[in-house]
Amino acid sequence: MPPGFFLKRRAGMTDISLSGPAAAGKTLPPAQARATRLPTQWLGVAPFIIFALMFLILPTLYLILGAFQNADGVFTLENIVELAQPTIRAAYWISIKVSVASSLLGAFIGLAIAIAIVRGGLPNWTRSATLTFSGVASQFAGVPLAFAFLATLGRLGLVTVLLRSVGFDLYQHGFNVLSFWGLTLTYLYFQIPLMVVIITPAIDGIRKEWGEAAATLGATQWQYWRMVVIPVIWPSFLGTVILLFANSFGAIATAYALTGSSLNIVPIVLYAQIRGDVLHNANLGYAIAFGMIFITGLANIFYIWFRTRSERWLK
Amino acid sequence: MKSGKFWAWITFILGAAYFFIPLIATMEFSMRMKRGEYSFEAYRVVLGDPRFQESFTFSVVAAVFTIILGVLLVVPTAYWIRLRLPQLRPVVEFVTLLPLVIPAIVIVFGYIRMYGSNSPLPFLSSDIGTSALLVIGYATLALPYMYRAVDTGLRTIDVRTLTEAAQILGAGWTTIISRVILPNVLIAVLSGAFLTFAIVIGEFTIASLLNRPAFGPYLQNIGANRAYEPAALAIIAFVITWGCMSIIQVLSRFAPKSANRPN
Repeated sequence: MPPGFFLKRRAGMTDISLSGPAAAGKTLPPAQARATRLPTQWLGVAPFIIFALMFLILPTLYLILGAFQNADGVFTLENIVELAQPTIRAAYWISIKVSVASSLLGAFIGLAIAIAIVRGGLPNWTRSATLTFSGVASQFAGVPLAFAFLATLGRLGLVTVLLRSVGFDLYQHGFNVLSFWGLTLTYLYFQIPLMVVIITPAIDGIRKEWGEAAATLGATQWQYWRMVVIPVIWPSFLGTVILLFANSFGAIATAYALTGSSLNIVPIVLYAQIRGDVLHNANLGYAIAFGMIFITGLANIFYIWFRTRSERWLK
Repeated sequence: MKSGKFWAWITFILGAAYFFIPLIATMEFSMRMKRGEYSFEAYRVVLGDPRFQESFTFSVVAAVFTIILGVLLVVPTAYWIRLRLPQLRPVVEFVTLLPLVIPAIVIVFGYIRMYGSNSPLPFLSSDIGTSALLVIGYATLALPYMYRAVDTGLRTIDVRTLTEAAQILGAGWTTIISRVILPNVLIAVLSGAFLTFAIVIGEFTIASLLNRPAFGPYLQNIGANRAYEPAALAIIAFVITWGCMSIIQVLSRFAPKSANRPN
């Protein structure tokens, strides 16, 4: 037993003796006291752990394992290879395109709006109005959002009709709300506000003094942005981009209500597969689900990697 | 700086236009049901539809159960992590963030395969079991928001002192959590609850794949079959979301700001 062991133990004991259920076990030898305490410690988080295992982790693992098995339960990579078949590959491709476009556009537009309301010298009400509205709009997704955009940009939507009355027919110029750009434009309705809500505190964190300090040291406006502002907001910006990406990559309700199944994004293919095994291969369905987790997971790994790199650099 | 202000206004106005035009268009569209005049006919039809009332009630009940389950799950865990197992915090935080990474459709797919009628835990073999699974799925979706809200609330109180004080007075764990900790983080819990409500009330994916008569699938069904009612429903849904978010804002004014009370 290392010297000081008892001392440390005693200190630990008094520290938690009051709040500890093991208070009564004070007279026991340390080893026994620990033995009786440890399980009760963990008991406190047991419901959560069990819930997370049963309803979050195990169902996901089940699908991941299924993606690597054939119908007889034998290990195979066949399902993963099958993902390359044209319809599925096209679905992944359009999903990735919509998610990348809506997350990047949403991130930059959201950032611009956040900078405008924090740093742009606008009256105070614009800030509170924007933040309140963003809070609402970031949660306004799903089926109702699709309805709103159909009423706006659908064939009989207000904007379409107004533009047509001034001689500009959107639909003859190749626009369709049931298309890649239509869907991206719709997703921006919750992507931009989400960015605004998350990034505004980060921009608030940029002190006025930093700009003054940089100016005193002779930095140009561009240098100030490149060397001070961007490194400071970079991690939260990147994190939000990843969040926005995952947000649109997994979304199905809006697309389903908007386009029916005319735009085959991955969640819609998976939805059809769950409903009626349209691929006639249950394990291929698992592989599609695995592919979705893989992509959102990969995005997160990139985020963590970028973040540790940028943090190291900041030090 | 003058030009900066100019661009700030341009950004703000363009943003406002993008966000208000769809709302105005939807409002206008929803009022066009009667030919040649604006009316609230579509709203009357929607609100009078018994399927609307049934599915909406179902979703409200599901949301209430989701909130109860979420609170029961999150409050003791977040409390215990703060008090006793701070070393477990990164793990629990990671788990609570997983629903943002794993899409809802994947989670529910897993449920369908794991809890079918032939499984050891046949949730899906009965109506009530399926509804329970729906509530569980919703609680999973709301987990990131609920956990963050409660954890922020716990940060503003001195968990250890409160616990010890309660223990000196002879309180057990249930009493401590329900009568000491919960009232102290009530504002945070309510914020999480209303956010959960906003997320759950119109949720489509899980409800539809579990075949529940919820509001989300009803919305989708109306959207596929009607012209003006969907616009009216979109406005109603927007108002509900707005209501939830306003309540959260009002609540946040009551939240204890004196996080570092000197004790």
